Amino acid sequence: MTTERKPGFNTLAIHAGAQPDPATGARATPIYQTTSFVFDDVEHAAALFNLEVFGNIYSRIMNPTQAVLEERIAALEGGTAGLAVASGHAAQALVFHVLLDPGDEFIAARQLYGGSINQFTHSFKKFDWHVRWADTTDAASFRAALTPKTKAIFIESIANPGGIITDIAAISAVAKEAGVPLIVDNTLATPYLTRPIEHGADIIVHSLTKFLGGHGNSIGGAIVDCGTFDWLKSKRYPTMSSPSPSYHGITFAETFGNFAFAIAARVFSLRDLGPAISPFNAFLILTGIETLPLRMQRHCDNTLAVAKWLSKHPKVAWVNYAGLPGNEFRALAERYCPKGAGAVFTFGLKGGYEAGIALVSNVKLFSHLANIGDTKSLIIHPASTTHRQLTDEQRTRAGAGAEVVRLSVGLEDVDDIIADLDQALAAV
Amino acid sequence: MNHDSYPDAYIRHILVHHRIIAMVGASANPSRPSYYAMKYLKQKGFRVIPVNPGQEGKEILGEKVYASLGDIREPIDIVDIFRASDSALPITEEAIKIGARVVWMQLGVRNDEAAKLAEEAGLKVVMNRCPKIEYGRLSGELGWAGVNSRRISTKRPVLDRKGVQHRLLREDAD
Repeated sequence: MTTERKPGFNTLAIHAGAQPDPATGARATPIYQTTSFVFDDVEHAAALFNLEVFGNIYSRIMNPTQAVLEERIAALEGGTAGLAVASGHAAQALVFHVLLDPGDEFIAARQLYGGSINQFTHSFKKFDWHVRWADTTDAASFRAALTPKTKAIFIESIANPGGIITDIAAISAVAKEAGVPLIVDNTLATPYLTRPIEHGADIIVHSLTKFLGGHGNSIGGAIVDCGTFDWLKSKRYPTMSSPSPSYHGITFAETFGNFAFAIAARVFSLRDLGPAISPFNAFLILTGIETLPLRMQRHCDNTLAVAKWLSKHPKVAWVNYAGLPGNEFRALAERYCPKGAGAVFTFGLKGGYEAGIALVSNVKLFSHLANIGDTKSLIIHPASTTHRQLTDEQRTRAGAGAEVVRLSVGLEDVDDIIADLDQALAAV
Repeated sequence: MNHDSYPDAYIRHILVHHRIIAMVGASANPSRPSYYAMKYLKQKGFRVIPVNPGQEGKEILGEKVYASLGDIREPIDIVDIFRASDSALPITEEAIKIGARVVWMQLGVRNDEAAKLAEEAGLKVVMNRCPKIEYGRLSGELGWAGVNSRRISTKRPVLDRKGVQHRLLREDAD
């Protein structure tokens, strides 16, 4: 028997999903900036709409530029299939749209990106989907939150902005006991640092806007089907395991095997809810991904240097970066992301809320904005911005108290990054 | 053969060099996976002969349905089993008897005893896979649905004469 060579991560980041264009031979993936694709004939059209053949119909559902991006992300994560959508939030909405029916519940880690807390708490309520919160650092709290209505568990691999490294395997064990899929938001880690599938994830979501795209120029999101959850055995997910009334009674899990979740998310949830990614954004993100391994390592190296420097600064009360020796999440970081603990972390200023405002007002190289994962260094004071809508208690629990400043360390010379923080802290 | 993980070259060779498939458990119901697979494989130029005792003498997708493999009066390359795993053994015994070259068990179908028997008789065996999905994966068509083909290629995909939305599987394509 021949053994086939499996390409490494760097090779996949450049090649997975892409081939020279069949029509023109173009080597770079073309931007198929079109809404629609002509059918060969009536029979071909019918076969496409019935999902009998693979092919392109309409760019709300699929597009060849987007498809390359989807396969690339699926390959990097080690999943069976991917789906790229308009944003990370869209990815989450579609995942839950497949999994939940009105009245259903899911459990989410309390320490999440503030936007996810808003989406789960307020918008999902309008669909009669209900979140129950658990503590990321305590797998038993997820078990305690289980009810007969629980349909999924949602965590972040590296929590934003609190610098928490999640024990994915421990929470996966709870999900497996309960027979529900584990959804992991792998945005902050990217598959370069952590591959959640290796620790028991069933579905992975991404904001591609961050480190995967990496250049702060395009909003996008992705869903990766890990191919690990047995929908037919469970029977608790009718969208997956019952005949689909909108596709002549086909059953997704039966027809599409271990990538059925990604197909259902596309041809049912994306088709009907509509948050498609633009082909141009897909192209920019795809180009960004080609250098992901190089960028991510530099992001992590710069971040560790900045975190070490801040931890010795007299105006800094604490630095929460799992890459630092002595950090409470250091051991989990060594297990889950040994190449680096990511490039986003928080630190506390002794001067509290006013000091946070002063710092973001005085930086010159850092950009004061509400994003992370750019080539540029970014700074924000969550209490006055991203986490403003939350209650004080929610803010503190999310690691976004009044004195907290969040950095996303970029790819500039690390000496310049530190010099900027030095001069801005002098003005605090 | 390691039936947990097949090399792409093994699957590709089977699909490129065998053209006549007997599909045991072919359904006349257009929403069933076997109907989908049969329709797709016919479009890719395979001859697919349905076997289903409940449909004997009727037609599925224009092909006459036979009650059993032994009733078919022409040589069969691949016996594709769309039946429960425990039915795969007697079907495999029949496949060996009629001189088939490959026993292919569908997604979710696996019978190691049948596989051993077939391999000892010189047949190739694939289990827990769908030929439609494998054809789409290896030709690049499934990539349009974001599926991880687990292969990389710097060659242009091979198109059939119908155009860009139709790809062909060839042994020298990657």
